[in-house]
Amino acid sequence: MSTGAAAETYSTAMRQGLHGCGVCGLISRPAPGAEEGRCPRCDEELAFRKRASIQRTWAYLLSAAICYVPANLLPVLTTTTATGTDSDTILQGVVLLWSPTGWPLSLIVLVASIMIPSAKILALAYLLVTARRGSIKNNRQRVRLYRMVEFIGRWSMVDVFVDTFTAALIQLQPLMSVSPAPGLLFFAAVVVLTMLAVESFDPRLIWDAASSGEQVHA
Amino acid sequence: MPEGERPAGGIVESRGLPRSRTRLSLVWFIPIVAALVGVWVAVTRIMGEGPVVTLVFQSAEGLEAGKTKVHYNGVDIGTVTAIRLSQDHQRVIITIQMAPRTEAFLVEDTRFWVVRPRISGANVTGLGTLISGAYIGMEIGSSKQGRRHFEGLETQPVITGGEAGRFFVLKAPDLGSLDTGTPLFFRRLQVGEVSSYALDPDGKLLTVKVFVRAPYDQYVNPNTRFWHASGFDVSLSASGLKVQTQSVLSILIGGIAFETDATLPVLPPAEADSVFTLYSDRAVAFRPAPENPQTYRLIFNESVRGLAAGSPVEFRGIPVGEVTDVRAQIDLRNFQFSVPVTIQLDPRRLGVKVVGTAAGVNLETVRRRLIDSLVGHGVRAQLRTGNLLTGAVYVALDVFPGAAPATVDWAQRPVELPTVPGQLEQTEESINNIIKKIDRMPLQQIGDNLQKALGDLDLTLVSARGTLVTAQGTLDNASNLTAPNSAQVQQLDATMQEVSRAARSVRVLTDYLERHPEALIRGKQGEAK
Repeated sequence: MSTGAAAETYSTAMRQGLHGCGVCGLISRPAPGAEEGRCPRCDEELAFRKRASIQRTWAYLLSAAICYVPANLLPVLTTTTATGTDSDTILQGVVLLWSPTGWPLSLIVLVASIMIPSAKILALAYLLVTARRGSIKNNRQRVRLYRMVEFIGRWSMVDVFVDTFTAALIQLQPLMSVSPAPGLLFFAAVVVLTMLAVESFDPRLIWDAASSGEQVHA
Repeated sequence: MPEGERPAGGIVESRGLPRSRTRLSLVWFIPIVAALVGVWVAVTRIMGEGPVVTLVFQSAEGLEAGKTKVHYNGVDIGTVTAIRLSQDHQRVIITIQMAPRTEAFLVEDTRFWVVRPRISGANVTGLGTLISGAYIGMEIGSSKQGRRHFEGLETQPVITGGEAGRFFVLKAPDLGSLDTGTPLFFRRLQVGEVSSYALDPDGKLLTVKVFVRAPYDQYVNPNTRFWHASGFDVSLSASGLKVQTQSVLSILIGGIAFETDATLPVLPPAEADSVFTLYSDRAVAFRPAPENPQTYRLIFNESVRGLAAGSPVEFRGIPVGEVTDVRAQIDLRNFQFSVPVTIQLDPRRLGVKVVGTAAGVNLETVRRRLIDSLVGHGVRAQLRTGNLLTGAVYVALDVFPGAAPATVDWAQRPVELPTVPGQLEQTEESINNIIKKIDRMPLQQIGDNLQKALGDLDLTLVSARGTLVTAQGTLDNASNLTAPNSAQVQQLDATMQEVSRAARSVRVLTDYLERHPEALIRGKQGEAK
């Protein structure tokens, strides 16, 4: 939606060479030669853009992507019943739940535990690549995507909670017991790392390219 | 803090930060750690991946890919990952992912089998599989040679898991009520089991493999005898009814017992896999082995019903041998049937200790002399009924002083001993004689006479009956005469009254005459007046 022409007309704090303190709201100007500093009033760190945003987001994202592999390959839950011990990965759980009547549940697990984490990683990677390349296309969609990723991030933790609750509640020794398996740790790591990645991404970078003619910071 | 610099527009200048930043953010530490952890997990997974084993079974009943486990002593050490049919569709090939570090278990003589619920006699095993489903059991071999492809056992071995003890091999003519898992008893204590059995290739004997648990295996030595303690051993023989049992358990499911003759010197325990004979019962097991048995032939010209191989041969009631063969023969010269009975004598069984055996003396000649002398003194073989109930007979060697003289022909093979007709035959003969005498009696004639006599008697009886009827009539008449209202009685009554009246008249007359004797002359006075 945003056009190059429109971008010309916008003015940003960075363009004005001003820092806005996120804590006390004081507007300040960076010291000559410096791009960052501290708020003279509340001592909050100031920067035009989040520090090393793209690099840090990439780092978190890569970690999340690495953890995503064992999260899906390792079992997340070990069920011990009288008939023996079963360790199931997330995908096995989806298959296990899939039945003529239980398919909605299966679908929820599939979406929440497999599709959303991977979608988050892909979305962030897309945002990072486009921001890095200074793309000026689809800015609004990209911001919407960012908001969605930010919003949805915390909900992926539900899976981890459900598993830990199940493990804590179902302890009917010796009949049946459920315990978390290593895959769960990686799954939690994926969720946390993607949340951190979202946190470290500065959405203002999406728009920076649009307000071109400016020296790119950060 | 407030520096007091107030630039135009009221915008203060922020305080500069020391520029001490490297190009690379420390945050890259996180993906490096993640990658390291990921690699570590992957490596441990791959390293932790145990060997893959394939098993061949006849049937995969109860097995499930991804679920069925391999258990060793109750420890889960593998999972079935795939089940497929063999190329010829006859068998099932099962792929198993073993647990890590199980390579040492998979050797040449490692065995696998499917554990299913099994109920045999007193043993109920694999009950857990009713709930958990079948699993694959294994026994780790002792070989050093590794192996990855195995033939699964179709039946679960009874003894597994390196239980302490020893295997012994028993040779038996028949299996009786044995089965794998049948208990083995030592002094009625269950000390082992039958682990397997197989028919010998020649089909004559069965090889029964038994396992004796430690520490009881030390009681098996080369002198030990094994016998069928199968259930209820009822034997009817010439010596009567014999019931032998080992324990209630063995009554139900059979068993094998073993024992060592206490009188024999204690020998070191037998080697594992030593071969023993499985006897049919305890008595047979402990019958002393015939030492240098001698075969003789007895020829009977009578029925040998009740005599069979195994029937005892007794000398004056002491068992000295047994019948080994009974068959008939025909003499073509006179077409006479006779029954040669082959017996085996074991003089040792007499319990007679032979003393005075000097070196150099030929035992054979001594024996011949002995037997010659015995026969000379009238020792003969005879068939005797041992048991009236069963009709079993035995061969008795006894002295018959009146027997016809006989000699032993030592040139024959086997040597024939003289016989005398059996008691049974003698009894039969005398009974036959009695029957013949009865037969000779003129029974027909006696019957006829009797018949005639009976006819006469009948006639006599008829006439007697007529007489009786007549007598009855007579008596009836007599009865009528004496009845109270019969005519005769009334007449008699009247007569008596007349007589009575006459008598009164006479009395009146005599009274008158007494008072008037003159009336005799003059007549009545009154009349006269």
